[in-house]
Amino acid sequence: MADSVSNIPLHHDDGDGHREHDHPEAGFWRQYIFSTDHKVIGIQYGLTALCFMLFGFFLMLLMRWQMAHPGQPVPVFGWLLEKTLGQVAARGAMSADLYNSFGAMHGTIMVFLAIVPLAFVAFSNFVLPLQIGAPDMAFPRLNMASYQAFVLGGVIMLTSFFIPGGAAQAGWTSYSPLATMIPTDGQIFWLVAMVFIITSGLLSAVNFIATVIQLRAPGMTWMRLPFFVWAQFVTSFLILLAFPPLEAAAVMQLMDKVAHTSFFLPTGLAVGGQYANISGGGSPLLWQHLFWFLGHPEVYVLILPAMGIVCEIIANNTRKPIWGYKSLVYSVLALGFLSFLVWAHHMYLTGMGTKVALFFQTTTMIISIPSVIILTCFLISLWGSSIRFNTPMLFALGFLPMFGIGGLTGLPLGFNISDVHLHDTYYIIAHFHYVVAPGTIFALFAGIYYWFPKMTGRMMNEFWGRVHFWGSLIFMNVVFMPMFAQGMAGMLRRMADGGANYSSAVNSKAGAEVIGGLSNNIIELHTWILWGACLLGVVQIPFIINLFWSIKHGKKVDSDNPWDATTLEWQTATPPPHTNFPEAPQVFRGPYEYSVPGHARDFTPQNEPPK
Amino acid sequence: MNDGRSPEPAHSVRGYIFVFIALLAGTFLTVWASFIQFGSREINIAVALTIASVKAFLVAAYFMHLISERKMIFCVMGFTALFFAGLMGLTIWSTSPDSMVHIQHVP
Amino acid sequence: MDFPYIVEPRRDTGLYNAKLGIWLFLASEVMLFGALFSAYVLLRVGAEPGMWPHGWLNVYIGTANTIVLITSSITTVMAWVSCKLRQYGRFKFFHALTILLAMTFVCIKSYEYHDKFTHYEITLANGKFADGHLVERSKDFDLAKQTGSVTIHGYEVEREVELMDMQRPEARHIQREEIIIPAAEIKKLERYGPWHHTYLAIYFTLTALHALHVVCGAVVIGFLWGPGSRMWKTDPERFTNRVEVSGLFWHFVDLIWIFLFPVLYLL
Repeated sequence: MADSVSNIPLHHDDGDGHREHDHPEAGFWRQYIFSTDHKVIGIQYGLTALCFMLFGFFLMLLMRWQMAHPGQPVPVFGWLLEKTLGQVAARGAMSADLYNSFGAMHGTIMVFLAIVPLAFVAFSNFVLPLQIGAPDMAFPRLNMASYQAFVLGGVIMLTSFFIPGGAAQAGWTSYSPLATMIPTDGQIFWLVAMVFIITSGLLSAVNFIATVIQLRAPGMTWMRLPFFVWAQFVTSFLILLAFPPLEAAAVMQLMDKVAHTSFFLPTGLAVGGQYANISGGGSPLLWQHLFWFLGHPEVYVLILPAMGIVCEIIANNTRKPIWGYKSLVYSVLALGFLSFLVWAHHMYLTGMGTKVALFFQTTTMIISIPSVIILTCFLISLWGSSIRFNTPMLFALGFLPMFGIGGLTGLPLGFNISDVHLHDTYYIIAHFHYVVAPGTIFALFAGIYYWFPKMTGRMMNEFWGRVHFWGSLIFMNVVFMPMFAQGMAGMLRRMADGGANYSSAVNSKAGAEVIGGLSNNIIELHTWILWGACLLGVVQIPFIINLFWSIKHGKKVDSDNPWDATTLEWQTATPPPHTNFPEAPQVFRGPYEYSVPGHARDFTPQNEPPK
Repeated sequence: MNDGRSPEPAHSVRGYIFVFIALLAGTFLTVWASFIQFGSREINIAVALTIASVKAFLVAAYFMHLISERKMIFCVMGFTALFFAGLMGLTIWSTSPDSMVHIQHVP
Repeated sequence: MDFPYIVEPRRDTGLYNAKLGIWLFLASEVMLFGALFSAYVLLRVGAEPGMWPHGWLNVYIGTANTIVLITSSITTVMAWVSCKLRQYGRFKFFHALTILLAMTFVCIKSYEYHDKFTHYEITLANGKFADGHLVERSKDFDLAKQTGSVTIHGYEVEREVELMDMQRPEARHIQREEIIIPAAEIKKLERYGPWHHTYLAIYFTLTALHALHVVCGAVVIGFLWGPGSRMWKTDPERFTNRVEVSGLFWHFVDLIWIFLFPVLYLL
């Protein structure tokens, strides 16, 4: 299913981006838009996902304004909201319904349209075939189809903002019966878009698994694979097996909405004070089980690629082999397996009995072990090493404590008894954002700075990279750290007024503190968080400029392997030609042969023949 | 059937016909069994699902050549079967009335 | 660099790429249908006692469809065997049969769906229920305005629960006749569509999704039978692999029906 012309060996690239082909040059459309080349598709996915991430970020900024200044017109953008969305943004202020739709869409877009496509699909696409010595993905045309399905799903999601009734408003978790009963077609758009996005993900997963199993170069045994490949391999299995139940659930919720079935609607459901005209007999819990069956593996889909990226960068910039390669591999396999058995820890408050809670609590505690092993291996890898503090390494180092905070704060949530207090509060929001925002996203930034020279032949600007890093690190913490306090004080999620209704200020005479109410200190944190979020946005601007400016004006690399790395993607031309390698590389050793005693250089590429 | 070019299939045609007849027999058997009142519904369910599983095994093993495939496919389908069992089993266990907490209303 | 393992299998896995790909895809399909089967079990177990239907589907029609699919499975295998033996004519014959059988399946299913959509349950003003197939509506029939009447071929019962278990021995003796019901006596008129009962909801969803897979599988096999068969002349082994891969998908479709049939029709 590859181009038949790729049977012809290609010439080596001359290093400044031009490619020699033995077949006629494909036109602009075939080469950049309808390409089946995994590197092009990877970049397409990457840029599209970054755009979605930026959009999701803007939704969040608007929401944070509303929380800090409930009911007040949004500065700068209020008029635009009113112009495009009409009544829900009257006077430029966000109505509660609009806030809810932004909340649901922020989550959906960030998880399914930004992080998964970027961390999993984009990085896998560009790097994975190169790292295993393959000419392309196993199914290049399927790869192209995956991207197109993803874009289609994304367009449908975005369109839903502009229909009467607005976008989906029942959270990214879309619980029934609320999701079905809110009178907007936005929910239908959400469900249809999810079907496209899930299908796109499934096809990518099939492609990556088949590629890793079938197309490893000679000598690339399983235990010589870079950990990045292992991480993406396990992630692919999570996507393959966990996404379909959500697709099934989405179809059923679509039936509920469009065909008026009662899959998730219980008997006796009342809407607006009247019994709903439905058959009843359904189960809202069924939706939750099917959603979280994906939902939990999904969070490992968000973190495993990041761990893979961080591993590559740490090995490269410590000039030492990663400590505990075997432990990492077995841990990531165990993590993948266990992630299917913990999902109901998202459902502790649904009335489950003690035996069920005990089961899921136990599996949840067990799954923390492989995560800790992975983080520990990375930390030990730093010991006694000669660290190069370049931008990718700064982000990779930043990932470690940030993911640590995210992971550790998950422990009270894994226990039923403490989760009863913390469920659906801002503590949860802080926990998962720490894992994904200064966690995964830092790793993704690291990966972009690291592999940029392989894609373009130029380095990104180092000074602005450091500005981007320090700014992001500081402001991420300003945004998310206070949320732990807010959550423990009882501030719930998804409150359009920022908790004003439950605050002491509103509920007591003379604003005295009310027991159980949200104190003024807690409410005032919203202002800090808003400033933190705005400044976080500001420091992304140098990154965006750096990314595009460096494509043409960045410092040119002096070799195909500017980082002196061992893995195969650095042992071929920059950017790699159409089938990546002139002929299949022969692999002789593991992926992290740095500072091997007795060698002249402090690294030995995987495909360098032994002396 | 994992060597691309061997003309083995000539022998297997008879095998395929046997499987076909077995599948037809299984179909008639399961329909006939459904008309018998075994005493409790559960037994009917067990009988029907057992016959269906045997039929499914025949299709998978012989028509889909699983019986002559190597470890790789078994691993993939094995884990899939496990997770499917987990999804169904844990979901049903979690939502069964015995596992749920019921609020007693004080009159 | 040559693209490896498109036709010849890789030594350590014994697979060519597309075969691994289709099995991986089938694994995801197992989870998809598995989730729907789990939903079925949950909905049935959670239903009020006595209120889960039995015998609402025609077993003989279902059996016929099962035989159609099983036969299509053997014709699919034979088509692949013919390719392996380089007997192009027999390949064409067997897969033509497969496609015809697929179309037969879809036709029979459509008939079943039509049957459900013309089957009504009527809640009467006096608290009883009438149930049967629609014969005709009078020209002036309007439920809101309470004019006209409907004629159904069916029967009346006291309580709704009597409409559920159609497998019970007494159900065999139900006399169905033409009943004319004036609009004024009708409180609610509802077809046996997916909205009518969660059993029908899961029935329609499962069988429609399955039928969609039948159609897609038939389209792919049809493509290989027609325009795609050009590859037979240039690369017969690769073509044979494509036939095998599409056959694997087809067998999976048959597999799902092997479980769907008893679960929905018999139990």
